[in-house]
Amino acid sequence: MAVTSRGVARVVPLAPAVVLLALFMLGPVVWSFYGSFTNAALTGPAALSPEWIGFDNYTALVGDPDFPKSLWLTVVFVFLSAVVGQNVMGILLAGLLRSAVRPVRSIASTVVVAAWVLPEIVAAFAAYAFFHSEGTLNTLLGGIGITGPDWLYSTPMLAVILANIWRGTAFSMMVYSAALAEVPPELTEAAQLDGANGLQRLTWVTLPVIRRSISTNLMLTTLQTLSVFTLIYVMTGGGPGTDSSTLPILAYQEAFKFAQVGYGTAIATVMIIVGGIFSVIYIRALRPEVD
Amino acid sequence: MTDTLTRPAAPARSGLGTLAAPRGTATKVAANVVLLVIALCFVLPMAWVLVASFDAEATLSFGLPDAVTTANFAAIMTPELTWLPLWNAFVLSAGSGAITVVVAVLAAYPLSRYRMRFGKYFLYSVLFGTCLPITAIMVPVYALFVQLNLLDSLPGTIFFMAATSLPMAIWMTKNFMDSVPISLEEAAWTEGASAMQALRRVVLPLMRPGIAVVFIFVFVQAWGNFFVPFVLLLSPEKQPAAVSIFAFFGQYGSVAYGQLAAYSLLYAAPVLGLYVLVTRISGSAFALAGAVKG
Repeated sequence: MAVTSRGVARVVPLAPAVVLLALFMLGPVVWSFYGSFTNAALTGPAALSPEWIGFDNYTALVGDPDFPKSLWLTVVFVFLSAVVGQNVMGILLAGLLRSAVRPVRSIASTVVVAAWVLPEIVAAFAAYAFFHSEGTLNTLLGGIGITGPDWLYSTPMLAVILANIWRGTAFSMMVYSAALAEVPPELTEAAQLDGANGLQRLTWVTLPVIRRSISTNLMLTTLQTLSVFTLIYVMTGGGPGTDSSTLPILAYQEAFKFAQVGYGTAIATVMIIVGGIFSVIYIRALRPEVD
Repeated sequence: MTDTLTRPAAPARSGLGTLAAPRGTATKVAANVVLLVIALCFVLPMAWVLVASFDAEATLSFGLPDAVTTANFAAIMTPELTWLPLWNAFVLSAGSGAITVVVAVLAAYPLSRYRMRFGKYFLYSVLFGTCLPITAIMVPVYALFVQLNLLDSLPGTIFFMAATSLPMAIWMTKNFMDSVPISLEEAAWTEGASAMQALRRVVLPLMRPGIAVVFIFVFVQAWGNFFVPFVLLLSPEKQPAAVSIFAFFGQYGSVAYGQLAAYSLLYAAPVLGLYVLVTRISGSAFALAGAVKG
């Protein structure tokens, strides 16, 4: 009896956290799975009493040409801007920072981090102005005699991918800076004595040593990039047409612009499942630290 | 590779500096130059915001203004355009920051101090929560808010934002709390203090910098958040700066670039200041990402 009451007393402080998380995180996830099987809408009779329609939303998703396209754009966006762009830029910057002199190091890291610390809407405006047909990029290109295209219309995916690399590289840079600082210098020096060049040292010594940081960072940047909404919404609005509508944009437009909440929820459920798979992989990689 | 790793490296180190010097210098110069070029690329989009905000005839292109003016700032400094949205942003951020910190400290204490059977599972769920893409749950959250009659409610939005930042906050707080030695509390316990008294009198004063970092982390995230208030708050007089600045962009964006830039700068300034504060508190410029790494 005494043991149980002490056990209860120990658990009580967890209660507010459990209530908040259950109501606002678990609740929506569960509702998302449920709602995706209904014809819930914002207005009309379906808004008052949504009906169970089984897999109809998912059948519609597969049949709708916008969804496979959006899925593909999301994969391209995540792969090029997070997996390749942010990670390669991050590790490159982290490496360069180690051999830079102090003023250059602080200038470069401050500037890169500033793009990451800015509120997302301000970063989105800045990127919009940069890639606009009359923006900074085309002015600079004009200075060397090149007439740049209207990036936001002719190559919207390239513009948002570059913008997301600019916005998010700081995170990878910071993670890799911490990781590189923990690589024992003896290892790379020994490899250098053995005649390994810079690239060989990176491939065979440094990268294997920091592989845990790499897998952690890949997962986190993938998850963050998967949920990027504001940057794309402000820069291109998902357009022209649906040429840069990644899944978050598509879900938003279906649910709120076209008032198909059930359909938008089905898209959201797909995102939650994809995110969930990545989270499980990430948590398994972290496991020894938790135990 | 194993050959390389097992070879004793220590005796060779002394000669390395001189041997590698000429090539090393060239590499170092190249590294510095490349870094400066990258920094220039990164600074250009941001520099536009800064320069355009002081330019009376700002365009989308980066160019030094003919005349430096503060007219853009003067034009936007009206209560309904700037001060109320900034105040709303402050209420949202400070509110969710305060709730998150209190709830996270309470939750972190048993997780940090007791070995509980389900503690591990709770931490796994928390970690899972840190990974959940919030954008993905906004459509169901909207539906939930309609059901609970919380749509367009500032307190509702504050509690939702607190809940979404809670997983990361619990994780960070537990890590900070783990580094406070338990022996100090044991002394308090033997003098008859309850767990909550020990937490308040002994543990919290020792982890003040950690609490500050968690609060600022949540505050900065909420301050910069656009999507959540954009979906959950409908009336203009309740919307924070992130949303009202977007509405301003939609209405005047194609003409008043200077004012848009000035507004952006005014709105971004507190976050930049808080980031500097965090680096001072934690003694590391990369503190926020370090915390994320767990």
